[in-house]
Amino acid sequence: MRALYFAWVRERIGRAEEEIAPPETVKTVGELMGWLSGQGENYAAAFAHIKSMRAAIDRTHVKHDALIGNAREIAFFPPMTGG
Amino acid sequence: MSARIIVRVQKDSFDAAAEATALTHGRSDIGAVVTFTGLCRDEGGALAALEIEHYPEMAEDEINRVACEAAARWPLEGIVAIHRYGLIRPGEPIVLVVTTSTHRTEAFAAASFLMDYLKTEAPFWKKQHLADQGSGGWVEAKAQDFAAADKWRV
Repeated sequence: MRALYFAWVRERIGRAEEEIAPPETVKTVGELMGWLSGQGENYAAAFAHIKSMRAAIDRTHVKHDALIGNAREIAFFPPMTGG
Repeated sequence: MSARIIVRVQKDSFDAAAEATALTHGRSDIGAVVTFTGLCRDEGGALAALEIEHYPEMAEDEINRVACEAAARWPLEGIVAIHRYGLIRPGEPIVLVVTTSTHRTEAFAAASFLMDYLKTEAPFWKKQHLADQGSGGWVEAKAQDFAAADKWRV
């Protein structure tokens, strides 16, 4: 699964994207964020405030309880500030 | 619904008047054109530029989705939605929304809806570059922007 990171999530982790292989017990987007936050200090910093984080599966916004299923691309980012 | 929808995500600037004309040229049935341009402010001289990061593969699709929703909610003739990314200096345009319809009420409402949704749903993030050479950090999402988008939910 391809993970993409944007804005300060990208800066804190130190990379824009990577392949990730979470264990099968990780079923939802929220669980994946919890798992990622345990992958090192940089990840812990990026996912320190999981509640306010946003995510998209295969380029569609999803809630934290969404199932990852067979997602090919999952993106994590802060609330949007465009416009 | 057969509104003409034009969505672009681009680095370069845009000509708001030309984009509006593209929707009305040769038409005699359109009674209202609403054009909104969002500009980069200098925040009292403190800001040197905004750097706008985006999720390229998702941004245009997401704006298209919001434009289609606007076209389904109001009887519009046309929509233009353009959002820039990259480095943008104070005074330069960031975002453009143009809506056309037979009457003004629908065009105003749809333009307002589009901007409220673009701010909270389109994957763009602003980083500040300060005039004193420092980084001002990432712009934080505002509760009032979410409240503005929420008011359109039915």
